[in-house]
Amino acid sequence: MTSLMSIAGPILMGAVFGYLLQQGKVTSCNVIENQFRLRDFTVLKVMGTAIVVGGIGVLLLVDTGNTKYYVKDANMLAVALGAALFGIGMVVYGYCPGTALGAIASGSVHAAVGAFGMIAGAILYALSFDWVKAHILNVWSLGKVRLPDITGVPDGVWFAALAIGAGAFFFWVEASEAKAKRAQG
Amino acid sequence: MAMMNDVMVKDLGKSGRIDWSPYLVGAGIGILSWVAFAGFGDPLGVTTAFSRIASLFAAPVIGSEAVTANSYWKSMPLKWDYGVWFLVGIPLGAFLSAVISGTWRLELVPEVWKERFGPSVLKRFVAAFLGGIVIMYGARLAGGCTSGHGISGGLQLALSSWLFLAVMFATGLIVSRLMFRKT
Repeated sequence: MTSLMSIAGPILMGAVFGYLLQQGKVTSCNVIENQFRLRDFTVLKVMGTAIVVGGIGVLLLVDTGNTKYYVKDANMLAVALGAALFGIGMVVYGYCPGTALGAIASGSVHAAVGAFGMIAGAILYALSFDWVKAHILNVWSLGKVRLPDITGVPDGVWFAALAIGAGAFFFWVEASEAKAKRAQG
Repeated sequence: MAMMNDVMVKDLGKSGRIDWSPYLVGAGIGILSWVAFAGFGDPLGVTTAFSRIASLFAAPVIGSEAVTANSYWKSMPLKWDYGVWFLVGIPLGAFLSAVISGTWRLELVPEVWKERFGPSVLKRFVAAFLGGIVIMYGARLAGGCTSGHGISGGLQLALSSWLFLAVMFATGLIVSRLMFRKT
């Protein structure tokens, strides 16, 4: 039973995630490219809502002792360089790794071609890992820190600010989109 | 004009469409995160498991001894753990949604790309392959992707993840502007 659950559980979680990505249209290369061209804000809408809803729930779950944080190391140079490469790759590829897997299953052949590129990228990283570890991962490494720790601003305030900020931003986006639609007739 | 609209509507009807609100989808992913944290102790993420699987493909290229000796794969060997099965689930769920909603369709060159770079399939494939290399190298260097850093790390208010989000979006905006600029 436990061994079945340890396979069926994650497959089901992944399937719900993939289902939601497809339902959210973020498995579309056009949607992702147009986010970076500021013509379609679907990606930010999905991510922003996921962060606020997910974050408030996880905060409560941590506070009630039902889970803990799984924070990634803040190796600031590696994260900054990696994120910059990621941004370049995402615009050229038109997907991020998770949405690419969904896109392949909904018929995108170029996403599948890019997945072989991703395999090559992972192999290249493994081959260069010793050098990266010695020269990049150890630069400005601050450990597993969270914004409330380094700023002294409590979690609740962060999420209130995030929720209000995201709410105001999306309200503005929706208003602009409605106006553009009316102008088109 | 009216005729063009008719054709578009007909095509949409044929290929299907999804009208789920992106906010609903985002909230769904947020709630899925609750289950991932509290139920499985394993936040949503993609590229860590992807690297494990990549070692399978590396063996024929660099030899299985080299894979075994590699210090990175020593720290994350191929094992069929939560993350890897989670990766198997993603295409299953996306496929189900695409079939049910009628949005499954073969795509060789996406519209935005065609508008800017023309209909060449080879050109698009080469770009997708190169982009794939860069995005995965970046993801491993940063320690996560849009899911692991962006969503799971972002919702934990992790410093590393918010740095990732800021730099990733800023770089993406610049590269997109360069790539799609009118010449």
